[in-house]
Amino acid sequence: MPGGRCGLPVAPPSVHAVSGMGDSLHALHSLDAMASRPSALTPFDPRARILATLTFIVAVVSFERYAVLALLPFAAFPLALCAAGGISLRSVARQVLVASPFAIMVGIFNPLLDTAPLLNLLGVPVSGGWVSFGSILLRFALTVSAVLGLVASTGLPTICAGLEQLGVPRVFTLQILLMQRYAVVLAGEASRMRMAHELRAGVTTLRLATYASLLGHLLLRSLDRAQRVHQAMQARGFDGQLQRLRCAAWQGRDSVLLAACIFGCGLARSINLPRELGHWLLGLFA
Amino acid sequence: MSAPAVQLCHVTYTYPDGQTALRDVSFQLEEGESVAVIGGNGAGKSTLLLHLNGFLTPQRGSVHVGGLQVARETMVPVRRAVGMVFQNPDDQLFMSTVRDDVAFGPTNMGLPPGEIEQRVHAALDTVGATHLQARPPHRLSGGEKRSVAIAGVLAMSPSILVLDEPSDGLDPAARRRLINLLRRFTHTRLIATHDLDLVLDVCSRVLVLRQGQVEADGSPEVVFNDVALLQRCQLEQPLGWQSRPPPPCQRG
Repeated sequence: MPGGRCGLPVAPPSVHAVSGMGDSLHALHSLDAMASRPSALTPFDPRARILATLTFIVAVVSFERYAVLALLPFAAFPLALCAAGGISLRSVARQVLVASPFAIMVGIFNPLLDTAPLLNLLGVPVSGGWVSFGSILLRFALTVSAVLGLVASTGLPTICAGLEQLGVPRVFTLQILLMQRYAVVLAGEASRMRMAHELRAGVTTLRLATYASLLGHLLLRSLDRAQRVHQAMQARGFDGQLQRLRCAAWQGRDSVLLAACIFGCGLARSINLPRELGHWLLGLFA
Repeated sequence: MSAPAVQLCHVTYTYPDGQTALRDVSFQLEEGESVAVIGGNGAGKSTLLLHLNGFLTPQRGSVHVGGLQVARETMVPVRRAVGMVFQNPDDQLFMSTVRDDVAFGPTNMGLPPGEIEQRVHAALDTVGATHLQARPPHRLSGGEKRSVAIAGVLAMSPSILVLDEPSDGLDPAARRRLINLLRRFTHTRLIATHDLDLVLDVCSRVLVLRQGQVEADGSPEVVFNDVALLQRCQLEQPLGWQSRPPPPCQRG
């Protein structure tokens, strides 16, 4: 540790929380920015990608609550999406982890409420609560990684253009785009305030009174900043509607992509592929 | 005789908290003029600029742009004529890539895709940022962000450029590139700045604001030789000016 002016050790300012927030922000940005790179998915209409992802999500959430093994084949969808879109699996996994506390909160009480043994795993009885908790986490990881893959391969502006073409009212797509932009503004302000606090407080933890004050200032500063962003948009002709930057046309390959996805999801939904594979292997060696 | 590019007549503006930021401000800019607005902090520079685009409306007086009075009904043509570069480029850069951000204004103007592409390319080329077009704006350096912000405004082909502290936060090389860029422009330019050396390089006329009033309006030579005026307005002579020999009337 380097010495201070009076020979006393000087602790480096703790910036873990700040850098964590900054990292998450950069990861979100980088996912959106990945969409601007050409990839194998680029030629496909955004509507085909959206509908394929939607089909996948509906198939995954339609399983009964104890399904775990039957969900495993669905991992092929986000993996294929990332591979075709040239998306870093690590970036997607990091974002899934960032959002995972929400899924944990949803399912954490299942093991306490559902204690009846459901299966025997290598001689250890496993309750239904633990199985359903695992199922929730798996479904969460699959669906969130698919959506992140869609964002990273398509980009939010293009997704919103596709949603509009699918009939989603423009007011909703505009809200999505503005929310994303203002969230970045808000997170940036929060990150700077947190850093300013830590540099003078020397600790990463916030006292309740300080927390309240920071939140109040964050609100006021964000309002000011949002107003300046809005003025800058108005100065460039923004009239409450984001014009579509790229128009796509549905082609044969889009129908093929969507049909392949519906077929794959339907197959994995109707047949428990891992179990059938297990039975087949057992029959083979029996 | 054509109308002046910009004309302010007895403009007075008071913020809702009671602070009067502009008092009876009158001046006009002729087409192609490059004018600096200087003054201490809180002198009313940014407030003045926000009047040119109709973001603020004077309680007394009027603002005309190209003969059109700035009002709710004339906002669209006024904002097409006046391109505003904000002090902080982060407030201005909005879309996920540089290309999309520069295309934001032309797209809102309802131009056909071919012309949008042509304008985006031309604007990025003008500021030397063509190589940045696929980059996300938040990943750019301060100088690059400033260039892209200017390109976003240039793509709308405004006749008047309004710049708020354009050299703020730039390193010397980026600042010099910006000055060279501003010198090349033929637009009518109104530049609010504390960078008095930039004023010397770019502007042929200087408006000095103090407590919301126009304290002086003249050429850089006249304004920067008036040391008493500069002191009164919390300013000082530009460094590039201090090394010049004093005018004959001030020599021993």
